[in-house]
Amino acid sequence: MTTPATEDDDGTDVGSSAAGKVLAEGARLCLTYVKRCKAIFSIAVLGAAIYGVLLVVGTEVIGYATDEILIPTFDSDAERGSLGWLVAALIGISVLRSSGVVMRRYFGAMTTERNNKHLRRALGETYLDQSITDLKARPTGELLAHADTDVEVSTMLLQPLPFTLGMFVLAAAASISLLSIDIWLLGVASLVFPATWLANRIFTQKVIAPASKVRKAVGDVTAVVHESLDGALVVKTLGREADEVQRLTESADRLRRTRTQIGRLRATFEPTLDTLPSLGMVAVLAIGAWRISDGNVTTGQVIQAMILFQQLAFPIRIIGFFLEENAMSVVAARRLKKAFKVSAPLAAAGTETLDKGPLIIEFNNVTYGYGNQTVLKDCSFQIDKGEIVALVGETGSGKTTIAQLLFGLIEPHRGSIKIGNYQLPEINSEILREHISLVSQETFLFADDLKQNVKLYRQIDNSEVDKHAKTAQADFVNEMPGRWETLVGERGVTLSGGQRQRIAITRALVGDPGFLMLDDSTSAIDPILEGEILEALRKNLSTTTLVVAHRLSTIKLAKRVLFLHQGSIVASGSHEELLKNSDYTDLVKAYERDSK
Amino acid sequence: MTSEADDLSERDRPSQSAFEILRKGISTTPKLKKGLALTALAAVLSACGQLAIPILIRVAIDRGLQPGQQPRPAFVAISCLITACIIILVFVLSRLTFLRLVEMTEGTLFDLRIKAFEHVHRLSIAEHNRSRLGTTVARVTSDVEQLAKFFEWGGMSWIINGTLLIGIVIVMAAVSWQLTIVALLAFLPVLPLVKWIQKRQLAAYSMLRTRVGETFGEFSEAISGGQTIRLYGLQKNAKKKLFNAIEIQYKARMKAVRFFAVLFTLGDVFGAVALSSIAVAAVTQQQTWDLELGQVLAFVFLVTLMTGPIGHLSEILDQTQIALAGWEKILNLLEIPIEIFEPSNGTILQAGPVSVQATSLCFAYGNGDTVLKDINVSIPAGIKVAVVGETGSGKTTFAKLLVRLADPSSGSLKLNNVEMQNVDAQSRRGAARMVPQDGFLFNTDVQTNILYGKPSATEAEVIASVRSLGLEEWVGLLPDGLKTQVGERGESLSVGERQVVALIRAQLADPGLLILDEATSSVDPRTEKALTGALYRLAEGRTTISIAHRLSTAENADLILVFDGGKLVEQGSHTELLGMKKKYANLHASWVGNTRLDR
Repeated sequence: MTTPATEDDDGTDVGSSAAGKVLAEGARLCLTYVKRCKAIFSIAVLGAAIYGVLLVVGTEVIGYATDEILIPTFDSDAERGSLGWLVAALIGISVLRSSGVVMRRYFGAMTTERNNKHLRRALGETYLDQSITDLKARPTGELLAHADTDVEVSTMLLQPLPFTLGMFVLAAAASISLLSIDIWLLGVASLVFPATWLANRIFTQKVIAPASKVRKAVGDVTAVVHESLDGALVVKTLGREADEVQRLTESADRLRRTRTQIGRLRATFEPTLDTLPSLGMVAVLAIGAWRISDGNVTTGQVIQAMILFQQLAFPIRIIGFFLEENAMSVVAARRLKKAFKVSAPLAAAGTETLDKGPLIIEFNNVTYGYGNQTVLKDCSFQIDKGEIVALVGETGSGKTTIAQLLFGLIEPHRGSIKIGNYQLPEINSEILREHISLVSQETFLFADDLKQNVKLYRQIDNSEVDKHAKTAQADFVNEMPGRWETLVGERGVTLSGGQRQRIAITRALVGDPGFLMLDDSTSAIDPILEGEILEALRKNLSTTTLVVAHRLSTIKLAKRVLFLHQGSIVASGSHEELLKNSDYTDLVKAYERDSK
Repeated sequence: MTSEADDLSERDRPSQSAFEILRKGISTTPKLKKGLALTALAAVLSACGQLAIPILIRVAIDRGLQPGQQPRPAFVAISCLITACIIILVFVLSRLTFLRLVEMTEGTLFDLRIKAFEHVHRLSIAEHNRSRLGTTVARVTSDVEQLAKFFEWGGMSWIINGTLLIGIVIVMAAVSWQLTIVALLAFLPVLPLVKWIQKRQLAAYSMLRTRVGETFGEFSEAISGGQTIRLYGLQKNAKKKLFNAIEIQYKARMKAVRFFAVLFTLGDVFGAVALSSIAVAAVTQQQTWDLELGQVLAFVFLVTLMTGPIGHLSEILDQTQIALAGWEKILNLLEIPIEIFEPSNGTILQAGPVSVQATSLCFAYGNGDTVLKDINVSIPAGIKVAVVGETGSGKTTFAKLLVRLADPSSGSLKLNNVEMQNVDAQSRRGAARMVPQDGFLFNTDVQTNILYGKPSATEAEVIASVRSLGLEEWVGLLPDGLKTQVGERGESLSVGERQVVALIRAQLADPGLLILDEATSSVDPRTEKALTGALYRLAEGRTTISIAHRLSTAENADLILVFDGGKLVEQGSHTELLGMKKKYANLHASWVGNTRLDR
């Protein structure tokens, strides 16, 4: 939530705001986007070209109407052109020109939207495929903002692009015609181009910094809103509504201020874009009049030059508009580029498969740490097929890290992990997921019905669900009005913490895993139920089980206890045997106190 | 799974007309109107200038450079000078309009965002639970963003291009009223067509906003459920769902774009029709209407001038529709009624332990599901109460009513003999605190999370609270002590640790009534030890009502309330209830049997 620390990682450094560099970046961006849908984009450009050409032709027709029909109508001597042909030509050209617009707008939008779709899918893929550490490195709200406005803004420059390209043709044609009339008049006209260019350069240079601040502020606002609404219950129970509003006010105010800053720049830049061609037109007229009086050009030529210039003004405006969007898009694209960055890609998945039935689990000298903090150090243990083992250790001793390593969410820095007969990296990851299950302390329920939350798209019979639900004491679902079809919210908010955990245990049991790990997964379940669940697990399951145990009764359900102390397994054996270890005895004493 | 159920703004709402949305929208954000007159005046003046520029240039050419006549350079030069001045004036006016609009827009959007956010926080928890988080987030973020483009640009464009059109028509009428009527008649069929398209376009954009909300929901789920998805290898399915939402959003967008593409066509084609009609009328009616060549040529010029603003308006109409669709969603959100109204002149509760009185207390959800039936209990100040019962017995709902997360459907609930509805909100929040089972923490450090219990407290007070609960050692063992970052939702800490933080927070707030939804029956030993000690000390000097999962909590309570099927079936002390040999005795027996297996 602090700004200064993150300021420099958002492209606000001076070096990257140079207008030339931004333009080059924008051009590369356009190329990437256009490459994705060349055909569609070509149709849009064609549409723009048709429009441009017919704009000129339309002017010609009006000229024809004036000279051949309207003037002769008032001059009885002259022969009048066909009125029918004129009407047909006017409407025909307009229909054609409109279809050019339809082509440009529809297929131009399609180019933009396809790229948006592509970027959103790529973001979704990144979010789902990157390591959990990478995913959790940024607030959810910020990731949401990437997928929404950042994507949209990063492709914004595509909207005026077909028009811009189409207009280049028109501009070139008009310039050549101007040259054929008078070099002076072309000179005036061509002054407008560099002036527009200069205005854009200044605008780009000034807008880049606030524009990247705006992107960041939008991310911050989304992050605040997401977190605050996620914790709505706690906000209410703390009576923090006003403080939360204040928190949003701060980040929304930053957004307002930076956006107002951009608005001020645009308030100067956009009218400038309108003003330059108008001034150019006046200049052409003034210089034209002077050239006529000097006898260098004819009146007709000046009028023609005026018309040509009018036609030039339009593309200039469009090109200016494109350059404006370019800066905004480049900034958003820079942000997205960072979102796509994956810091530590997980090693490629192996190909080995596992056999059905209980699995051997082995940790050999595994070392893991975050930054320079070592969590696990030369941690070694082995669990035999079908064994139920309790893992005991203080908070921060590395229990959850063991779980994350076993399930391939993170990879050891040193040492190896063996599951079944293979090293963990050798096993096909999909096969691995089918054979091992972890119930962690966080229970996430998807916005779907309970049955789907348990099955999770696996091919599983309802009878199987019922059987395991009984073991996990989740058969309370049968007493709910909607039974297994009951819809649950994003975090299963309609269920209590204990109920959610029971659903999570059912989910893990379904599919009969060869290895099951329960990591603090009964924290919200009544002791009575917890005991019953563990007892049922022991009776009904022939799976290798590792339970992070906190209660004496749980510890006693296990034949063997692994004592994790300061990042390594320091003792292994039955509860009674371990009592010889003074650290262990200290630790388990707390339970006895609670039971008194 | 229907989108309607996921989306707070969608429930039971027929779609509204553009005018209705605009009217409601403007009345919701009064800032929109502030200073609008001056902005509009600047815009109108700027439009007049913009209209004058081509006309002046035309006049300069017609009068100064007539083919076959002697050119008049001086006349042209003066005309050019005047035009240049007007161009500069238009620049200044446009810039002024723009600046004013930017200030107004940003102010309005800011207000609207805060207002929507505030409103969502005032909605009941039940209302929150009915919607998808991601979708609601989209309303406050994405939908508001949609308005930005329109307010900044669209509003002014309507005024300028509208003025231009009206101005052109006025000039036209001055040139020839007969031809004006012909031109307007030619344009007439456009109006119903535009209205027809506009309605469909608005509906299409409204659908798009709904789809955007759904995509937000899917993204939010894919991120929050990241761990589960990875554990079960659900990436493929999650991608399928996410990509599906993205695809649907894309299709909704392309549907709306079709209308956008077609709109311009209308203006252009009917412009040609108007031009043709004028040519035909000029040729055929030249004598009857007594037309002159100059008039007709000026007219043709004016009609071609119209295509500019008409083209612009077709673009702006599109942006307006996008904005209206987003606006409608936000307005719908703002219209969801607040269920709990805080009294304006509420009674302030006295400091110190709080007593609770419930008489014939009932609670049922909106759909008729009764959760609590006829609860009668009086809890004296300063005692320790344990609430026990099975899941679904109503004990959690009872706790929620005590902190007014919901209001009873009938009966009365009093704090210190003051009806709950009449207690001042600020005073109630200070006096009655709930520590929910859901150990949600904010993504900052431990100390800041504790301070959320009492924002005015100093660091020394935080440390004192830690000490008074005997948690110095526990805090000392956290990686960075009180400065330890807790991660999103507090997920870097264990569930038990999160509850310890919540307890320190409650101690700092020092409420007279503490409602504790005991979260943990099983946490790591050190935290367990910390929790047990902290809970014991926290109870001193206040009324505590614990939803008990712990045998010791019930055994040590002064009063035990036993809930079953929404009714309060037994109340009394531990020994009294054991003696009754009913529900509590049964619960206790199985409890003891489990917890004391080792004895």
